[in-house]
Amino acid sequence: MTTPDRVHLDHAATTAVRLAALQALTEAAALPGNPASLHASGRRAKLCLEQARERIAAALGAHPTEVILTSGGTEADNLAVQGLYRARRAAAPERTRIVLTGIEHHAVLDVVDWLAAHEGAEPVLVPVDDDGRVDLAAWETALAAAPEQTALATLMWANNEIGTVQPVAEAARLAAENGVPMHTDAVQALGAVPVDFAASGAASLAVSGHKVGAPVGVGALLVRRDVTLEAVLHGGGQERRLRSGTVSVALAAALAAAVAEAVAEQPTEAARLGGLRDEVIAAVDALDGVRLTGPRDLDPATGTPLPPGTRRLPGNVHITVPGRTADALLFSFDMAGLDTSSGSACTAGVAEPSHVVAALPGRTEADARATQRFTLGRTTTPAEAAALIDALRTLLGPGV
Amino acid sequence: MKVLAAMSGGVDSAVAAARAVDAGHEVVGVHLALSRMPGTLRTGSRGCCTIEDASDAWRACERLGIPFYTWDFSERFKEDVVDDFVAEYAAGRTPNPCMRCNEKIKFAALLERALQLGFDAVCTGHYAAVRPGPDGTPELHRAADDAKDQSYVLGVLTAEQLEHCLFPLADTPSKELVRAEAAERGLSVAQKPDSHDICFIPDGDTRGWLAERIDLAPGAILGTDGERLGTHTGAQAYTVGQRKGLAIGRPAPDGRPRFVLEVRPKENTVVVGGRELLDVDRIEGIRPTWAGAPLPEAAAGDWFDCQLQFRAHGEIVPALARVGDGGERWLIRPERPLRGVAPGQTAVLYRGTRVLGQVTIDRARNRALDEAPGPDGERTAEPDRDRPAQ
Repeated sequence: MTTPDRVHLDHAATTAVRLAALQALTEAAALPGNPASLHASGRRAKLCLEQARERIAAALGAHPTEVILTSGGTEADNLAVQGLYRARRAAAPERTRIVLTGIEHHAVLDVVDWLAAHEGAEPVLVPVDDDGRVDLAAWETALAAAPEQTALATLMWANNEIGTVQPVAEAARLAAENGVPMHTDAVQALGAVPVDFAASGAASLAVSGHKVGAPVGVGALLVRRDVTLEAVLHGGGQERRLRSGTVSVALAAALAAAVAEAVAEQPTEAARLGGLRDEVIAAVDALDGVRLTGPRDLDPATGTPLPPGTRRLPGNVHITVPGRTADALLFSFDMAGLDTSSGSACTAGVAEPSHVVAALPGRTEADARATQRFTLGRTTTPAEAAALIDALRTLLGPGV
Repeated sequence: MKVLAAMSGGVDSAVAAARAVDAGHEVVGVHLALSRMPGTLRTGSRGCCTIEDASDAWRACERLGIPFYTWDFSERFKEDVVDDFVAEYAAGRTPNPCMRCNEKIKFAALLERALQLGFDAVCTGHYAAVRPGPDGTPELHRAADDAKDQSYVLGVLTAEQLEHCLFPLADTPSKELVRAEAAERGLSVAQKPDSHDICFIPDGDTRGWLAERIDLAPGAILGTDGERLGTHTGAQAYTVGQRKGLAIGRPAPDGRPRFVLEVRPKENTVVVGGRELLDVDRIEGIRPTWAGAPLPEAAAGDWFDCQLQFRAHGEIVPALARVGDGGERWLIRPERPLRGVAPGQTAVLYRGTRVLGQVTIDRARNRALDEAPGPDGERTAEPDRDRPAQ
């Protein structure tokens, strides 16, 4: 991104702030006034905030009142999962089941674990296939097994590690048929694949600003108007009483600018990045002992190419290299000038074994430690993709 | 040289890395994550490998302008150091986990990976010196600062490992100068307290920590003649030299206090006897290594002069030693009897400042014990064939 001489291949971690977002941010930050105040300055701030909300809603297929601004994706996921769980149980205490997959983001998984440890939740894990795609038959069975005892279902739109795009609309339809609200974490999907909240049938949907070119510190939870949530943050009652705290008008404006641009560019970017991605995947396929993780954009029955983003995020390449460890791989790419990711969560700088890879059938604990993720994004050039291909051949090719 | 600086987050490794940078090496800092469940913050000198330590190491690297990584060796550390520590105690021995860590982690697993990744050496903040011997083979020597000297815990390093070791603090006359240098260099860890105790037992309660991991069962307390004198609460809970807590009903015939002489976990018995039997004058060690070239006289099977140290910062005693058993077993005769020697400890042999090598103590005995009359009145020990003719 801005560091000279670096090839940034970690766009899924964060990506460069867009000029339009920066301009919206500075313009709105200069405005005086709290949007909750009733005087003229307050009204002007409120207008700016609501215009931002309208832009976000329009870009995501939502109604403006469905947009709850948060500090980011993690907070949006927390609000959705905790809020749905508590509201559903308040209405019927026997609803303790939470249906999900084992490859959800930690912002969902850890919330569910916490609810299980402290509030009696019963996680029901639905298996995924070798590509990380949810088994819809098992999903339906899990929901239908005890719909009256189920508080919610949650399924990420696209996986942040291995790039699997989930059949969100089908999963949400199955949930709805059983009377269960479904949350989806669309943090990685936004800007990469088409995201339409209304069409998805999800009860709530989380997005994060800094993954699409807004600054870190802002995100949103889209919540359907007929869905009841318990608030997590209590106080002044902002954001439909679901998220108290003075809303940052400037960050909302920056988020709106970034989301609008990212969604507008999505079709062309998906095609462009998908092409570069497939060149990298072809190079990976040519390396002995290196294996792609996650799906390909090919029809599973016929092998016919599908448009980028149909089954795999257009900018995502994830590999396992048995016999190597994620941190040693990262070191080698880093020394070669490439910013890559171990592909899983870190604790104190140490890559944990990937819970996503570990949850894939046919993958081992050793695979889960031998991961590397390359994510292309808005600023990625063909020369950078070529540099990655060179590095893959040099560092993982024969004779190494 | 391409140098990998192992950064604990403490002042010594930070200054060592800084000196390696000054010396013109291409340095990369690496913090070893050794615990699966790192504590978040340090409290005083307790604990290790906390998130705060990793952060301090990172901050030092940023100050020095070198890349920084955290590498996870927690699995190796658990298997090779922590589990080994428990197993050794369970077997009635007294291990030194820091030596084990140097042997298996810092100068094995880490060094191995460093060499694989194209580094020439691993740099640490240990107080010890590597110098070329007469034939060019590297030798390990004591540091200039006797109070800080850590050659004992490095005694297990071989010539092959020493070839790739960089100890920039070797010639520093005192730790205070290291702290002053750290402050001068703007390193935030300049006044950070030294680590003490065993890093994976953060509260310092080794006995309590072990009790949670070793099954203890009551068993017999025996005299040196094999007579049962009482019952103990679990053999592994006793240490050679211990006097209190023996719960022996009857006093010794001579009325003198009795001490733990030996712990036998296999039989779950504890052997007690008079204080004089604690004086160890015969030591046998196994798993020997030479720190550099072996002594020629040792190879010939002759007794050689050396100084013995069996504890970090412990006393240094003149001794004679001999390689026996085809090189697998070293026999050591300290010049005067020693107290507090126990199986499992490491005996490091020196000649002057040079570390010759080390063995793990397998037997530490008073000659009188071996020569005590057996039940049939016969002497049980063989004549002392190994005693040097002097």
